[in-house]
Amino acid sequence: MSDPLLSVRHLCKAYGALKVTDDLSLDVATGELHAIIGPNGAGKTTLISQLSGQLRPDSGRIDYGGRDITRLKMHERVRHGMARSFQITSILPGFTVLENVAMAVQARSGSSFRFFGAAARERVLNDAAMDALAEVGLDDRAHRIAGPMSHGEHRQLEIAVALATKPRLLLLDEPLAGTGGEEAENLVALFRKLKARTTLVLIEHDMQVVFALADRISVLVYGRIVASGTPDEIRSDPAVREAYLGEETT
Amino acid sequence: MSANTATAPAKALPPRVALRTWVAIALFAGFALVPVLAGLIDDPFLLVTATRIVVFAIAAMALDLILGYGAMVSFGHAAYLGIGAYAVAILSAYGITDLGLHLLAAVMVSAVFAAITGGISLRTRGVYFIMITLAFGQMAYFFFVSLSAFGGDDGMTLGRRSTVFGQPLLEDNLVLFYVALGFLVALYAFSAALVRSRFGRVLTGTRENRIRMQAIGFAPFPYQLTAFVISGCMTSVAGVLLANQSEFVSPAFMNWHRSGELIVMVVLGGIGNLTGAIGGAMIALLLEDWLSLLTRHWRLFFGLFLVLVVLYAPGGVTGLIRRIRGGPP
Repeated sequence: MSDPLLSVRHLCKAYGALKVTDDLSLDVATGELHAIIGPNGAGKTTLISQLSGQLRPDSGRIDYGGRDITRLKMHERVRHGMARSFQITSILPGFTVLENVAMAVQARSGSSFRFFGAAARERVLNDAAMDALAEVGLDDRAHRIAGPMSHGEHRQLEIAVALATKPRLLLLDEPLAGTGGEEAENLVALFRKLKARTTLVLIEHDMQVVFALADRISVLVYGRIVASGTPDEIRSDPAVREAYLGEETT
Repeated sequence: MSANTATAPAKALPPRVALRTWVAIALFAGFALVPVLAGLIDDPFLLVTATRIVVFAIAAMALDLILGYGAMVSFGHAAYLGIGAYAVAILSAYGITDLGLHLLAAVMVSAVFAAITGGISLRTRGVYFIMITLAFGQMAYFFFVSLSAFGGDDGMTLGRRSTVFGQPLLEDNLVLFYVALGFLVALYAFSAALVRSRFGRVLTGTRENRIRMQAIGFAPFPYQLTAFVISGCMTSVAGVLLANQSEFVSPAFMNWHRSGELIVMVVLGGIGNLTGAIGGAMIALLLEDWLSLLTRHWRLFFGLFLVLVVLYAPGGVTGLIRRIRGGPP
């Protein structure tokens, strides 16, 4: 494998006696869609939180683009091109859809220590935000207040916000959770499109989606990676079948 | 604005923003006509009341900037009123009477005090932030209580008001009123631009969802601290004007009751609304004047009024107006 974009070595995180991340090592290659699957409580969200910088690991090391980012804070990692979506919707509820995304554009375009000039009228911000909204299919609802919108729309908005930061690496924490039917189909189509231009780490429970989209899959059980490989390898791995897949695949 | 508001307006918001501005302009015009009214009904005390309202409107607006837009509930903001007032008293005692220098000193001392106390307070959030700002406010209060050279607990009477270009212009209540009003209008325009700017958007974004802001690449602390300092400096301008209006300064200006009153004004007007803060200051002071004429126990009724507002009009006056107009609360 060529130099991985993201390389995790011996990562550990414990809450008291509970080892949520247990000596975990993982490589994500540039350009791949790497899915992380595992039963509930396996530590998937905790892992994403450590990768994105929201949580600090107890020990271990995270390299990103060839540099050690273990001690960088979340907002610093974002500036290096790492973005995430949250499992539990995290938006600015009182802002409009457009403002939510324009905020993310503002973060990477020039100083925000500007005290005059209406941000809402800045062409640069709004145009880039509309592009991101068009990608997820929310551009027709750009001026709605985000808070009261539907769950599926919130999921789309989360992804538009992440896209607006122009990430090289996108961490998606159960982006399909709670969506159904057409909404889910649209999101899957979007991920397929995104695969072509950015590296993705995807946590997802829907096995059909995971096996259809992923280039590689890592299986996380009790804070450890028990298997890592192509979808075919994972499907035929006896340890995986026993630990996890057996009961969930149809 | 909460996440679970039932219905979403299908269209964008521009008209609402404009309405606020129009209401503010109407308020300013109304203030400007107060001296005429005072002349007509021959009530010089009206001008004094109006000046106090304008001064406290500046302070309430400054507090709303961080409380309403930044979700930083400072319970020690009266400290900045006191710093402004004592800047006038102390400099005057040393023979420096110029208003510009008084303002400069007030703003500079406030900026330093806000940067230090804000820098420490902003390490906490929620109730802890409220408590720690209260503690710093009380520290400032007791500092001036123990400053016996300047009257200590009793405060001190000012020999005269600040001068402008060496002229005692402010001795005329009418001039003082219009100067105060000028500051209110200018600071309103400044604040209104601020909350709409990139900086203001980061501030409100952090209020809405701090983690989300970090996840798109913002570190909230420098923005919050800057807003805290700006707010403190603005409040100290009100303090300078207040000292001139009352021709007296005392530590009571920065007592925690005073900080509480500022919060009450913001709440009455509707949190996160600059025009509302001006309205809140007006209502609070007029109600105080009126109730205290009726009964010695006016605070009881004032408290009752506040309870009713919080229960039945949680958006304050502005929320009430919006509801009557049929918009979302």
